[in-house]
Amino acid sequence: MADWYETFEHDVLVIGAGGAGMRAAIAAVEAGLSVGLVCKSLLGKAHTVMAEGGIAAALGNVDPRDNWQAHFIDTMRGGKLINDYRMVEIFAREVPDRVYELEQWGGLFDRTPDGKILQRPFGAHTYPRACHVGDRTGLELIRTLQDKAVHSRIEVYMEVTLTWLLKDAERIAGAFGYRREDGRFVLFRAKAVILATGGWGKVYKVTSNSWECTGDGCAMAYDAGAELMDMEMVQFHPTGMVWPPGVRGILVTEAVRGEGGVLRNSLGERFMERYDPKKKELSSRDVVARSIYEEVRAGRGSPHGGAFLDITHWEPEFIKRKLPSMYEQFLKLANIDITKSPMEVAPTVHYVMGGVRVEAGTGATTVPGLFAVGEVAAGLHGANRLGGNSLGDLLVFGKRAGEHAAAYVGGLRAAPQVDEHQAEEERTLLQRPFEGDGQENPFGLHEELQEVMSTHAGIARTGEGLAQGLEKVGALQKRVEGLRVGGSRLFNPGWHACRDVRFMLTLCEAIFRSAIERQESRGAHWRLDYPNQDPQWGTLNVVVYRDGKMKATTRPVPQMPLDLARLIQQTA
Amino acid sequence: MAEATFHVFRGDAKGGDLVTYGVPVTEGMVVLDGIHYIQAHLDGTLACRWNCKAAKCGSCSAEINGHPRLMCKTRVDDFKGEPITVRPMKAFPVIKDLVSDVSWNYRVNKQIPPFTPSPYDPGPWKMYPEDVERLFEFRKCIECFLCQDVCHVLREHDGFDRYMGPRFMVRVAALEMHPKDTLSRTDLLRGSGGIGFCNITKCCEEVCPEHIHITDNAIIPLKERMADDYFDPWRSLLRVFGKKKEPRGT
Ligand SMILES: Cc1cc2nc3c(=O)[nH]c(=O)nc-3n(C[C@H](O)[C@H](O)[C@H](O)COP(=O)(O)OP(=O)(O)OC[C@H]3O[C@@H](n4cnc5c(N)ncnc54)[C@H](O)[C@@H]3O)c2cc1C
Ligand code: SF4
Ligand code: SF4
Ligand code: FES
Repeated sequence: MADWYETFEHDVLVIGAGGAGMRAAIAAVEAGLSVGLVCKSLLGKAHTVMAEGGIAAALGNVDPRDNWQAHFIDTMRGGKLINDYRMVEIFAREVPDRVYELEQWGGLFDRTPDGKILQRPFGAHTYPRACHVGDRTGLELIRTLQDKAVHSRIEVYMEVTLTWLLKDAERIAGAFGYRREDGRFVLFRAKAVILATGGWGKVYKVTSNSWECTGDGCAMAYDAGAELMDMEMVQFHPTGMVWPPGVRGILVTEAVRGEGGVLRNSLGERFMERYDPKKKELSSRDVVARSIYEEVRAGRGSPHGGAFLDITHWEPEFIKRKLPSMYEQFLKLANIDITKSPMEVAPTVHYVMGGVRVEAGTGATTVPGLFAVGEVAAGLHGANRLGGNSLGDLLVFGKRAGEHAAAYVGGLRAAPQVDEHQAEEERTLLQRPFEGDGQENPFGLHEELQEVMSTHAGIARTGEGLAQGLEKVGALQKRVEGLRVGGSRLFNPGWHACRDVRFMLTLCEAIFRSAIERQESRGAHWRLDYPNQDPQWGTLNVVVYRDGKMKATTRPVPQMPLDLARLIQQTA
Repeated sequence: MAEATFHVFRGDAKGGDLVTYGVPVTEGMVVLDGIHYIQAHLDGTLACRWNCKAAKCGSCSAEINGHPRLMCKTRVDDFKGEPITVRPMKAFPVIKDLVSDVSWNYRVNKQIPPFTPSPYDPGPWKMYPEDVERLFEFRKCIECFLCQDVCHVLREHDGFDRYMGPRFMVRVAALEMHPKDTLSRTDLLRGSGGIGFCNITKCCEEVCPEHIHITDNAIIPLKERMADDYFDPWRSLLRVFGKKKEPRGT
C-alpha cells in the first residue's frame, strides 16, 4: 500500500453530514455495520442548519382534514406531475413517523395549546402542515440528529473533502480526497457509498446557499457513471434579502408569508391578487418568484429591484416570537425593524430539484453500491419543491438509503477491491494548481461562472441564451487547466476552490444541456420562447449521462396507477 | 471608494503576525465580507471558517478588535473608519490564520449522557407550550464556542481538564430540564463537568450571539439542582435507588 495517503475502511461510507447524511448514517449503524461519515465543515454546521420555516408532515394537528393523500396531491401538483409518484407516496406516508421519531430523540417543536406539535401554513400546501420551532427548524433537526449520531458507533471525519469515487469494475469500492486542515490525502475503502452532499446553489451569484453547496456529490456521481435527472430545475425562492449588497440572497423564510406577510409593489398594490387570486402570497414558489420578476420588469419594483414584504400589521411581540431570527437579521444587517417597516425582497437561488437519478424506495443509483439522498438526489420534487418538503425528504429517504445500503452490503459475496491507480490520477489532478505557469485565479473563474449562470440560466430563459451559456461554460472548462494557487496544502481556501470550480463546471454544463432539451415552461423552468406548459413534456424527465462526452436525453415519467391518478384529477 | 484597513492574523501553530490589507468598503458590509475580499483578490491562502453568513451556523467566530464575535454579524461601519484587527479565538490552538482547533469541544460533548426518555412512554407526546418554551433558549445555541473562548476558567486558567465550559452547561441544562428526560446528570456536573469552577462572572453571557442567559438560566439553576441533590437527604436517597428524577421548576 502506498504511504502518501491515509486509509480508512468501512462497510458504508456516508459523504455529507447534513440532515440526509446523518439520518442515513444512523440507519446504517443501527443495521449493525461499520459506518464512516464525512463532511467538509465541522459537524453540525452543514447547510441544513440554515433551514428555517419547517418540516412538512401531515400530522393533522392544526387542521384534522390533512392526511397523506392531501400531502401527496399538493406535492405532485406543485412539481407539475414530473415527480416520481412512488417517491412522493412513500414520502407523504412516512414523514409523520419521522417527525415523531425526531421528538423521541430529543427534538423540540412549537406546540399547540393542547400539547401537540404546532403546524403552520406554507405555500401551496392545502392545510397548515409545517412542523417548526420558530424560524430555526433546521438547527433543531441537525442538533437532534447530531446528538443521536455522536452516541452511536458512527466514525465522523470532519473537514474532509472527497473528490473521486473509486470503483472495482462497475461496483463502488470507496472514495478519495483530502483533509482540509493540512491537505493530507485520504482514501476510504467502502462496500457502499451514500452521497448526501446537498445542492449547488453556489453556481449562481445571488443565492441563499452556504459555501459547501458546490454540487461535489452530483459531479462525482456523474463521473462515476450515474445518470443525472431534471438538472434544468433550479428553484428561485421568491424572497431573498436585496439590500445592502453584502446580504443579497440571504433567505427571508417562507414562514413570513405563512404567518400572514403580504407582498406589495412600488405602487402599494398587493400584486399577487393578479397572479394567483386564490392563494395569493401562499402560491407556490415558482409562481411567486415569477410574479415579482414580472412586477420589476413592468417598472413597479422596489428601489433595489424587488418587492416589499410586509408583516407590520401584526403586534411587534408576535413577530419577535414567531420570527426571532428574521427580526434580528434585518435589524442587525439591514438596519430595518420588521415590526415597523416592510422588508425588501427579490428572488434568490435556493434549491435544486434535479440531481442524481435514484430508485424510488432505496436511493440506489445506476452504479451498484452507490446511493444518493437529500438535495443531491432527484425525483421527489419534480419541477418545483414546496416549502418544508426538503427537511422531510432528508429524514424519510435518509433512513431508507441507510437501510438499503446496509442490505446491499449484506448481499455482497466478495468485498470490492480498491485500484490505487484511480487515486493516483486524482492526486495528480488535485496537485496541478501548485505547478506550472498558468495564471487563472479560482475565485475569479468562479465569479465568471456565476455571471454566466445568472445571465443565461436565470429565472427567465431562451433557447438562444442557453446555447450561448453552454458555449461560455465550454470556454471556462478549457481555462480550468490553467488554474494556479500559491502557498501550501495547509488549510488553503484557494486550493480548495480549484477542485470546486471543476465540479461546478460539470454541473453547469448539465444544467444548460437539460434546459435546452426541455422545450416548454414548467415549474421552475421558464422558457420565454416556449411560454406554455406542454402536455407532451409532462410525461418526460430530462436525463444527462456520460458517453465519452455529456449527453442529454429523455426518460418517461413513471405512470401513476389509477387510484392515485384519480386522487389528483378529483381535486383539479 | 472608501477603504477599510484590516489587520489579519496570519500564521499557524508555530507562530505568526498581523498582516495589513486595504479593503474597499461597500454599504452594509460585514467583517466576513472583508475577509472574503482578501481571499478573492489579495491572498487566496487566507484561511477562515464560515458557512451561512447569517449568524446561524456558528462557524465564523473570531476576535475582532479584541472582542469575541461572529464575523458575519459584525458590521464594518461599526468601527467608524478605525482599523479592524481580526484574530482567531485565543483559548483554542491555532491551525492556520483565523482557523482554530476546536476539537476539544467535540470530545467534551461526547461525555454528556444523551437524551433518555422512558421506554414505556413511546409518544406521540403531549407537551404544552409552557413545558418546552423555556428550553428553546438553550436549543438556540449555534455552537460558535465564543462563550468557551472567553470563559476565564478555560482561557486564563487553562482549565480544559476541569471544566466543560458554558456551552456544555447550556447543553446539560437543556437535557436536565426536558420534560421527558429521565436521567440525572448532577454527578457529571459535579465531577468531570466541574460546574463548581464557574464563579458566575457572566463573561460568557456577554458574548453569546444568541443572547442565551447562560449563567442566570442554565448555570445557576444547575448549581441549585446539584446542591439539592447532594445536600437534601431525601433527594439523594432517591438518587441512590435510581428513581426517576422529579420535575422541578428550575
Ligand atoms: C436559508 C434556507 C432555509 C431553508 N428552509 C427550509 C425549510 O424551512 N424547510 C425545508 O424543508 N427546507 C428548507 N431549506 C432547504 C434545506 O435546508 C436543504 O435542502 C437541505 O438542508 C439539504 O440537506 P442535505 O442533507 O441534502 O444537504 P446539506 O445540508 O447541504 O449537507 C451536505 C453535506 O455534504 C457535505 N459535503 C458536500 N460535498 C462534500 C465533499 N466533496 N466531501 C465531503 N463532504 C461533502 C457537506 O459538508 C455537508 O455536510 C432551506 C434552505 C436554506 C438555504
Ligand atoms: S460565568 Fe462561569 S462559565 Fe461564564 S465565563 Fe464566568 S466562569 Fe465561565
Ligand atoms: S451558548 Fe451562545 S456563545 Fe456559547 S456556543 Fe452557544 S451560541 Fe455560542
Ligand atoms: S457564517 Fe454562520 S455564523 Fe457566521
